[in-house]
Amino acid sequence: MKDFAALFARIDESTKTSVKVAALAAYFRTAPDDDKLWTIALFSGRRPKRMITATKLRVWAAEAAGLPDWLFEESYGIVGDLAETIALILPKPKGTSDQSLTDWITHIKTLSTQDEPARRAGILAAWEVLPTQERFLFTKLLTGGFRVGVSQKLMTRALAQATGQDEATLTHKLMGNWTPATTTWTDLIDADDPTADLSRPYPFYLAYGLDSLDELDPATDWNAERKWDGIRGQFILRGGEHHLWSRGEDLMTDRFPELAQLRDFLPDGTVIDGEVLAFRDEKPLSFNALQSRIGRKTVPKKLLIEAPVILMAYDLLEHRGQDIRKQTFTSRRKELEKLIKAVPITTPIRLSASVPFTDWNALAAERDRSRELHAEGLMLKRLDSPYLAGRKRGDWWKWKVDPLTIDAVMIYAQAGHGRRANLFTDYTFAVWNGNELTPFTKAYSGLTDAEFREITAWVRKNTLQKFGPVRQVTPHHVFEIAFEGINASPRHKSGVALRFPRMLRWRKDKPMAEANTLADLKEMLATYG
Amino acid sequence: MADVLTFTDRGIYCAAGDFYIDPWRPVDRALITHGHADHARAGMGSYLATDAAAPVMQHRLGPQARIETLKFLEPRQIGAASVSYHPAGHVPGSAQIKVTVKGQSWVVSGDYKTVADGLSEPFAPVPCHAFITECTFGLPVFSWTPQDVLTDQINGWWAANAAAGRFSILGAYALGKAQRLLTAADPDIGPILTHGAIENTNEVLRAQGIPLPDTIRVTPDMNVKDYPGALVLATPGAMAQPWARQFGRASTAFASGWMALRGVRRRRAMDRGFVVSDHADWEGLNTAIRATGAQKIFVTHGYTDPFRRWLTDQGYDAHVVSTDYTGDTEDEA
Repeated sequence: MKDFAALFARIDESTKTSVKVAALAAYFRTAPDDDKLWTIALFSGRRPKRMITATKLRVWAAEAAGLPDWLFEESYGIVGDLAETIALILPKPKGTSDQSLTDWITHIKTLSTQDEPARRAGILAAWEVLPTQERFLFTKLLTGGFRVGVSQKLMTRALAQATGQDEATLTHKLMGNWTPATTTWTDLIDADDPTADLSRPYPFYLAYGLDSLDELDPATDWNAERKWDGIRGQFILRGGEHHLWSRGEDLMTDRFPELAQLRDFLPDGTVIDGEVLAFRDEKPLSFNALQSRIGRKTVPKKLLIEAPVILMAYDLLEHRGQDIRKQTFTSRRKELEKLIKAVPITTPIRLSASVPFTDWNALAAERDRSRELHAEGLMLKRLDSPYLAGRKRGDWWKWKVDPLTIDAVMIYAQAGHGRRANLFTDYTFAVWNGNELTPFTKAYSGLTDAEFREITAWVRKNTLQKFGPVRQVTPHHVFEIAFEGINASPRHKSGVALRFPRMLRWRKDKPMAEANTLADLKEMLATYG
Repeated sequence: MADVLTFTDRGIYCAAGDFYIDPWRPVDRALITHGHADHARAGMGSYLATDAAAPVMQHRLGPQARIETLKFLEPRQIGAASVSYHPAGHVPGSAQIKVTVKGQSWVVSGDYKTVADGLSEPFAPVPCHAFITECTFGLPVFSWTPQDVLTDQINGWWAANAAAGRFSILGAYALGKAQRLLTAADPDIGPILTHGAIENTNEVLRAQGIPLPDTIRVTPDMNVKDYPGALVLATPGAMAQPWARQFGRASTAFASGWMALRGVRRRRAMDRGFVVSDHADWEGLNTAIRATGAQKIFVTHGYTDPFRRWLTDQGYDAHVVSTDYTGDTEDEA
């Protein structure tokens, strides 16, 4: 695992993308095939099955280090990462190991078939021979959540450099539900045909937020449509089988069984990019309705009736078995319209209608109607644009509505994890309810590192009470909280739940008394919920 | 029996000798463990420090500061208290201060580390009845890289950058850490440039006879491009300022005990983080405390709550005292 650990260190310690890509490319040129395959798998979120609980690992590590559990917990609170805490507190290694990354993963798989004492012995033996960095990586493999400072995009770029293939092709090859157990480096990377696997999705084309309309002139070059507030998905019908992929490459086919009907009406060899939406009476329901469907592997009948879904179709990527992504948006759209026209109205698919407009001002007025239509804003697509892979500038833009905002008082703070360990970055906010402060949301993003440092110093001096890792602080600071939506929630004391809450601004200018009230929140709920 | 030392809102106080140790508010007589700003503050009537610590203190506090000196282990009677200074190994001249009253000895550690850094007088344990100790890194996750490994890491990083024609900017505190890194750097790799704040301290230390390798002060009228591949020692503050831009696309690194934590390392957003501290690690703290033979332990700054609990579990009579010492805070400039 030494080479992999060296690669990880190189990527982890540098902030320069050029250094990371170069290190990865060098690794992909020299490492053995099985290690390369596992590296791609790990860096794209495919990890070995978890075979031991975090609690067991803590206990075993504390025992091996001869430390009481409470001291392990204190250390974990400071370090903010379980695998790292374990790697740091264990005594220095007694031996060495030349085993490869794949060897260690095989070792983990073997242990998973054994009983607990054998697992314990196997893990302790590994900890004893691995130096700190490798011990950390080995434990990460056990606990999962293998996040490194390298995106799939950068990894694909490095892979392109090492193999001489182009990035878009490689991105496509890496999509889908392969694991190192189901494929080989040769089949996945060297093989020519990315469509060999019938379930494999195309890379999603993602848009950036709009900078300025001026750069888009003339308006006649563009198509506008609603940016629907559901789950982006790719519907694949090939060889008589259908698959529904989320943008995060989760297979969602079984969660939305009503979409199986599409098999009967769409031609084989069809791939549609669209939005899964809860939908009734030709109108989208609020995201809240869809929320009840998310996370359910099987769907009870009642829910199918309460929150029926459709595929709101945006784009056609494959038609009659042909990849048509290089065609213009206009031409792809024409084919998509034809397909959907031929489908009976009772089938759960609709074409995401174009929003007609004559100039940008007229479009801005349409954008202002977004919330009442349960849309997040507008999407602008250049009429002659191909369907690209990944997040790209230029041809597609999202033009979201401005978020809702509310001024709230910070009442609790908690330290973050990973890069934010040891900094108070997760806050709970409250609004006035008479003379009381009622908590209504948490938020942990939107501030600069310098602001987080400043608040951290303040929290240390203004802690009223500690509840484990959470600190109750003197109510004082006001923050402007931005969010995308608001729903009724009987589970919360405030009676509301926000979507995507984050800190827009630290309102140092605002005294606490001027923060918003629970009545203000309820009014927003009545208007937008 | 009365306590030899008590803890007041001005600092650690000895009634028998009517003096304070490392006070944080103005007092008449201050005994100082070492020259870092949280231990040697301005405004004291008089100061007593080791002869090796005094020059830097004079430089930092100004010529008006009245600083008396004594040698390590030299006995000094102050009122009813006998006092002696013992090497703390933290920075050159840094001391633990031993105070004995009526046969009871208490030792104030100041800041210390137990491993030799090739520069400071090596730490020596001082037997006592009560030990007042820092615990900046008082958690078992802190275990320092051995000095020889560290030296290889730093020189390896510098040599690779030099070969690629890049500057290597290394961030470290001006007093202690910077000179320790200087001593570890291999001058055969290339020239060593220094930020003014570090070079000022270098000059003071050289003048008192501490050998340091040759360095070149970075001044506004020089062109740093004349020193390609140089190692640049900078204060953490200077690294974030426009000053650092003159070195172009340099590789940056930071040297601190906090670099043991991945989260902190990534937050610093440098190319490298070297785990090197002038404080004791977990093992060092435990060894040092054991070696004093003291039963009564006071912890002053760092992870005081868990460390006190750990010591209590080990059978010590351990207490937390609240002080204004900061040790080595992560965000200190």
